[in-house]
Formats: sequence, structure tokens, C-alpha cells
Amino acid sequence: MINIVILTLLVVIAIAIIRMKDLFAVVMLLGIYGLLSASFFVAMDAVDVAFTEAAVGAGISTLLMLVVISMTGRREITTRHKPFSALFVVAITGFLLIYGTLDMPYFGSADAPIHGHVAPRYINDSMQEIGIPNIVTSVLASYRAFDTFGEVVVIFTAGIGVLALLSVVRRPEDPEQIAVINDSMHERHLVIRIIAKILIPFILLFALYVQFHGDFGPGGGFQAGVIFAAAIILYTMLFGLSTARRVINQSLIRLVAATGVLLYGSVGLATLLSGGNFFDYNVLANDPIAGQHLGIALIELGVGCTVAVVIIIIFFNFAARREMQLNNKKQHQDKKNKESSSC
Amino acid sequence: MLMGLFNHWVVIALMMIGLYIVIAHGNLIKKIVGLTLFQTSVFIFYISMAKVNGGTAPILADDIIQYSNPLPHVLILTAIVVGIATTALALSLVVRIKETYGSIEEENIQDQDNQTFEQSNSQKDSKQEKQA
Repeated sequence: MINIVILTLLVVIAIAIIRMKDLFAVVMLLGIYGLLSASFFVAMDAVDVAFTEAAVGAGISTLLMLVVISMTGRREITTRHKPFSALFVVAITGFLLIYGTLDMPYFGSADAPIHGHVAPRYINDSMQEIGIPNIVTSVLASYRAFDTFGEVVVIFTAGIGVLALLSVVRRPEDPEQIAVINDSMHERHLVIRIIAKILIPFILLFALYVQFHGDFGPGGGFQAGVIFAAAIILYTMLFGLSTARRVINQSLIRLVAATGVLLYGSVGLATLLSGGNFFDYNVLANDPIAGQHLGIALIELGVGCTVAVVIIIIFFNFAARREMQLNNKKQHQDKKNKESSSC
Repeated sequence: MLMGLFNHWVVIALMMIGLYIVIAHGNLIKKIVGLTLFQTSVFIFYISMAKVNGGTAPILADDIIQYSNPLPHVLILTAIVVGIATTALALSLVVRIKETYGSIEEENIQDQDNQTFEQSNSQKDSKQEKQA
């Protein structure tokens, strides 16, 4: 029953998103949409997915969009042309898709084709073959490790893409100036700052717990990486970009992102060199189960490093771009002021 | 039948809303929001396919007989994180477009492109006339 309520709310929010012209409200609605879909995933037993969606959909993506809106403006201009042709295309496509669902298995039926093939093998044999209770982790990190490797490389590549598009060359900053900025900001948001300072260590600790407890409960490298990045982003937002840059060395974290992918790939190479198949962890130790545990821990660590660092890099580059634009504007205005005063 | 296929129809409704935003709205950020809606509808589709009535979360424990299907969970878990990485890439393109064109409305960008195209054409024409 709860899923029907959540799904109806999702449709209501989606329609509200179409009608809103204020992009800030649109992004906020999108955050609510992400959180609601995370609750839907909990109702559907997909705890690992819900975990990720709550951190990504409601947290990181909302933040990134807000940073971009602060650079591009928050009003959407009403379009001149009529939307009838778009409505027509959408209606036809929707009708065909609904026609396609008519002979699909009903929701929740246990004999649907999707539950045949490999799924019973994962559920029945993964305890003997892999030896960890969380089936999602054993499929992700062992049975389908090659697939996950591809995904990690995609994330890494997206990080490089953002770097290539947005990275700015910075002049070395004057430490005194940073101190002045920080002092001026200290008065503002005092409550939020103190609470965040108390919370951040716990968020980081929780990320580590999610990382290393992923074999037994919901969690793993992807979720841990996103939560870890969220803590750093929280710090950056409250204490300023310059302070965060002093805490987190930019060239070092770029190295960590590459090391994560490299670690993942080297585990695969190590299994090849020990005489097994690519990502067949059984050969990593004398006991196959111990080998599986070692392999999964290593590649989850690689995934965690890459995901956390790529998201931090993405956020830092957006924020630095914004800072650069603001500085340029300021210089421009200063010039204008000087000219007008000299006249 | 209504209850059995309700999830699929909601997924189709969300997907079409996303598609409509991508086609009908000119604002590039709104288009990315539309793509995100579309993407999330696919996630919802996969996850509701994985649900088994009376099943529980796929974490092995004693005296549990029925589990939901773990495979779609794995696929969507990675897809969500890849999704945010690609969305970030799209957003950074939007930032660069704003810097170059001064606008993120599709029509303004198209107008500016048409103008530069016409200018370069007229320059070519005048050159050819000179040569003739």
C-alpha cells in the first residue's frame, strides 16, 4: 500500500516540476523527489539502492545543481512556441509503452521471468561460494566484478571530463587574506558551523563503517564514497573554499582517484597472474573463501576511494569556477568605479 | 490488472514527464532535471521488477525463505552513482555555455549561432565579389 502512496506523490512532484519557472524551487523539488524514491526503494527491499539514492539524489545532486544555478541565474524564460508537438510525441510514446506493459508479469509475482536464470544461483549458492551474507555486495564485487570495474572507470572518466571543462589556474593565495575572510565569516551561521563541526567526524566515521561493514549489512564502496564526499562538501560550504583547499591537497586527491581505479584493476591482474580468471578471487589465498574476502575488501576500497574523490573534485571545481567568476565581476566593477571617480 | 501493473504505469508516466521536459523546455538546467526524472523512472522500474511478494531484503539470514531479486539492485546501485557523475559533466557543459553565450536558454543560443553563421556567410560573399 505504501508504495502506491509514494508513487502517486512522485507523479505529483514531477508535474509540479514541469510547471515551476523558478529553478531554485525546481531543484528543491528534485531533492524531495530523490528522497521519496529512496523511501520507495526501502519499501521494495532494495536497501543498498535506497542508501545510495538518499545520499546522491537528495544530497549531492541537489547541491551541484544549486551551485550551477548560482552561476547561471534562477529564472526560466517562458518559451514562445506552443508545446503541442511535444505533447503529441510524448502521448504516442506513452501509449505504446502502456500497450507494451499489458502482457508483462504482475508486480510482485514470484514466477516472473526475471526471477529465473542467475538470480536463484546468487540467492542459494553465494553463501558457500563467496561467504558473505549481503548478496548485493557479493554480486557487485565478485560475480559481476568486471561490470563494476567498467562503472568505476566511467565515474573516473566523468571526473576527468569535469576537470577538463572547468578547472581554473589559480594564483597562490595570500594567507592573510584568507584569515580576513574567515574572520568575517565567523560571525555568520554560528549555530550551523558549530553543529557541523560536531557532526563532520561522525559522518566520516559512519562512511568508514559503511565501507567496511558492506559485506554484512547494506553498504559498500559506492555508498561510503558518497557519504565521505558529503562530509567534505559540508565542510567546504561552511568554512569556505580557501580553508578547505588547505585541508585537502588538490593534487593529492587527484592521485587518490587514480589510485582507486588502479587498485581495482591490479586486483584483477593479480588474479590473472596467480592462475585464475580475471577477478576470480579464489586464487588470492589458500582458502577460496579467504581469497574472496580479501578480493572484495580490496576492490571495495578502490571503489570507495575513486567515488569519494571524484565527487569531491567535481564539487571543488564547480565552486572554484564560481569563485573565479565572482572575482572577475568584482575586478570589472572596481575598474568601472575607478574610471567614474577619475572623471 | 490495475494493481498488478500500477507500478509500470507510474514509471511510464514519470518517464514521459521527463521526456516532455527535455523536448518542450528551452532552459538547459530544466532539460537536465528532465533527464534526471527520466533516469530515476528507469531505476524505479528495475527495482519494482525485483520485488517478490513476501520477500525481504537480499541479506542472507537464518529462517528466511523468500528474498527479493538482488541482481537489479546491483545494476541500479552502480547506475545511480554513474548517473550523478554524468549529470555533473552535463552541468559543467552548461556552465561553459553560460560563459560563452551569456545565456542558457536554447532560443537565445540558437539566435546567436544563426547571427554568427550569417555574418561569416556575408563575409565570404563579399570576399568572392572582390575576387570576381
